Formats: sequence, structure tokens, C-alpha cells
Amino acid sequence: MRKTPLYERHLALGAAMTEFGGWTMPVQYTGVIDEHKNTRTRAGLFDVCHMGEIDVEGPQALELLQRVMSRNLSGQQVGEMKLSAITNERGGIIDDVTVYKRGREHYMVVTNAATKEEDTAWILKAKEDFGITGAVLTDRSDAVGKVDIQGPLAQKILSEIVEGDLPGLRFYHAMDTRVGGMSALVSRSGYTGEDGFEVYAHAGRIGEIWDLLMRIGDPHGLKPAGLGARDTLRLEAGMMLFGHEMGETVTPFEVPYGWITDLDKEFIGRTALKKQKEEGVRRKLIGFELVDRGIARQGYSVLAAGEKIGEVTSGTFSPTLGKAIGLAFVPVRFKDPGTEIAIEIRGQRVPARVVALPFYRRKKSGGE
Amino acid sequence: MAKPSPNDRKYTREHEWAKDEGGETIAMGITDYAQEMLTDVVYVELPKVGRKVRQAEPFAVVESVKSVSDIFAPVSGEVVEVNQALEAAPELVNKDAFGEGWIARIRISHPAELDALMTAEQYEAHIKVAPR
Repeated sequence: MRKTPLYERHLALGAAMTEFGGWTMPVQYTGVIDEHKNTRTRAGLFDVCHMGEIDVEGPQALELLQRVMSRNLSGQQVGEMKLSAITNERGGIIDDVTVYKRGREHYMVVTNAATKEEDTAWILKAKEDFGITGAVLTDRSDAVGKVDIQGPLAQKILSEIVEGDLPGLRFYHAMDTRVGGMSALVSRSGYTGEDGFEVYAHAGRIGEIWDLLMRIGDPHGLKPAGLGARDTLRLEAGMMLFGHEMGETVTPFEVPYGWITDLDKEFIGRTALKKQKEEGVRRKLIGFELVDRGIARQGYSVLAAGEKIGEVTSGTFSPTLGKAIGLAFVPVRFKDPGTEIAIEIRGQRVPARVVALPFYRRKKSGGE
Repeated sequence: MAKPSPNDRKYTREHEWAKDEGGETIAMGITDYAQEMLTDVVYVELPKVGRKVRQAEPFAVVESVKSVSDIFAPVSGEVVEVNQALEAAPELVNKDAFGEGWIARIRISHPAELDALMTAEQYEAHIKVAPR
């Protein structure tokens, strides 16, 4: 089991640790609900050093990425960040990643922890198959540390120690800057549904950045938040998690990733996806809430008229809404909000209702 | 850190407590150690009053934000009362696992089963070597 550079700090904070994607990660410090609510109302600090960072550089870097990414990156500007899927020949999702354009011929692909090796192998194979010689891949994951600061007070806190115009940084844009004097890449993005930032710095210095943020954030109510809160926050925000909503048998059109899939350019999986789009998908990912008591979990059956029609991919108790919510795949005729379904929980049929995603949308402040 | 396990009751290896209420019934719940491991409890599925249970049979469910856990009957007998307060306030299990967070009362059918459970001291030793 691998440890992040912040491991000792989590232990000192009394965190309960768990295994995630081959890493020992904090699941919670004081409590999932407390950390969740604190991130929604003030700010939460997350250790996400486990994620993968792969640099793709060279005159053919864009050409290579265009072959493997569902997203069309041709118009991407330096400093811009794009969410994309990597798909196989059948259109199945190998990973969902963010692609940062750091220079004219320099990209950084940020992957999920458990899929980094496979992503790297996949991109290298594409490089071979398409005879692309002018692009070099470098796995920088061990050298890069990453923390996310998320919540309505994130900007106020981070502004105190970041150089440059943080308020001027637009959503899904990044800047090379210094945080507490240490060089860092900061983007306005995250995985909670709140305003916030992802901060990349050298793995050997990320501990100092964590300590600094904890110290200057303390008077503002910043608290560390574990993977437990990260999961409930992303689920409320209707964000998907690889291994739950996504995998190699799921296509971008079955989950709400059609908007990051451009069939007008060539990429691996395009032919299969084009066919699927023309024929129409058979199943869709939907959001649901339980009408009765109980909690739906991954793998539970979704029922309609007593028949199994699908499966829950993620489910939890929503701390913000105070009710049980979840995501599930159902045949398309059941996808519309208001449709009545049921979730089988320990042999009981618990009534549920399809609802529009996301479950939670933050109120935007004036500056955005 | 978990609160110490009180000496006035017995314990199971599965982290339930059972307290002799001086007659033929016991009150039961989960230990403070167990609630800490579970994290925020958000739903308790209570057994039906009148249900006959055998020792170690799963008869209630505690759901936290992260996980779902079976609760096992510490003794055989009949469920005579359940803690209705948990329906509106499942967090009582976190706040006061040994008190207001009790789960059920069972009319005990084999008193020897209660005697054979672990003492507080034995339970404290058990959680030191066998954390869940």
C-alpha cells in the first residue's frame, strides 16, 4: 500500500485511514458529515497526492492526445484545462482525465490513481500504432504532490499565500505561480461542486503547503476533509467516479459525458460511439432519491413493476439534502425525472424517484 | 478515542453490548468503539417487536454514510422493545452508544448466554488486538 507525502500528517490529525486505488488515504478526520458541511459552508482541504500526472510533450503532443481523447483539444489555449474521457475501440471508458495545456507543446494529463498505469500504457500504444515519434510521455506522479482546497472561502484563504491574480483565474483555467513561495500550478476546479482550487507542487514541498494552508485557513474555518466527504460531495454535485459510474463497458453517451465527446474528429472509439449515437443508447445513468427510509448502495438492484431494470452505481445519505440519493443505470424509458422506481434493499422494495442531476447546485456569488 | 466500556454490562466479539436490566430482559446496543469505526450513523433498521431471535443472528442494521453493518443479537430471546428515537435521530448511536443510542430490549430465553459474554475488561483487550 502506498503512502502520500502527507501520510504522517493524517495520522497526527487522528484520521481513520482506508485503502483506495492502491493507496492508504484518510477516509475521515472528525466525521464525514461534519467535513462535508464544512466544505459546503467554509472550506475543506483534501490530500489528492494519489492521483496520476503524466506529461505529454513535443511537436506531436497534441496529435497524440487527439487520438486518445474523446474531447477535441484543438482549440485549447495555454493555461486552459479540459475534462476528457479516454475510450477503447468499443467506446468504453478507460478513464476520465483532466488535460492541462501548460505550454505550446506541453500537456499534463491528470488521471485517477488506480488507472494511471493503464492510461500510460494505452497512450504509449497509440503512439506506436499511429507512428507518432514527436511526443514524449513522462510519468511525473511521484514527483508531484497535489492538494485541493474547496469551498466558498477557498479563494479568500488561498489568496493570502498565492502570488498573482487568483480572483481573476477563471473556472477550468490554471496558472503557474508560487504558493507560500514554492512553485506550484493552481487551477480553479475540483470535485465537490463548490468553488475551489487544485494545487500541484513538488511532492517534497506539498507538506509545507498543506501546513501553511491549515494554519492560515484555521481562522476562516478551513478543515481537512477525507475521502468519505469527497465522495458525498461529488455525488451531491452529480459528478461521476471511475469504477462506479464509469468503466470499460460504459460509454460517454450512457453517462452525462456526451458533451466531452466530439465525433467530428478522429479518436480511438469514435466509430463505435458514432454508431451508438445514431442507434441511440439503450441505458442511461440517472439520479434518484429514496422516497422511503433506507440507503441505496452500489450494486443494489433497481426495480420497476417488480422487475429488475438496472443497478445502483453509487449511493449515500446526502448530508446537504438530508435524504438518501444515488446514481443508477436504467433503460432509457425510465430516465425522465419523476419516474417512479424502487431500490431493493435487503429484500425490501423501497420506493424511489428519478430526479434531475445534479442533486445539489451551489449558489453562485457575484464575482463568477 | 472511544469511551471506556462500562463494567455494568457484557460484550460480544461483534461489538454489541448487553445490559442485564434486573429482570428477564436485557438492553442492547453497539459499543462506542463500534460507532467510531462506523462513522456517522444515518439510518438504523430496527427489528420488529415480538421477533424471536437466536444468539448471533443478524436482527438490525446500522447504516453510516460510508457503510452498512449487521447488528447481531447478543442473546437469544424475543424483542420486546426497540428504540423508536433512533428513527428520527440515528446520530444518538454516535453521541451516546452506551446510553440513549441503545437499539433494542430482548426478553432473554437462555440466561447462560449472557453470562458467557465478555466482560468489559475482556472486550477492551479484544478491541486492542482485533480491530474491525
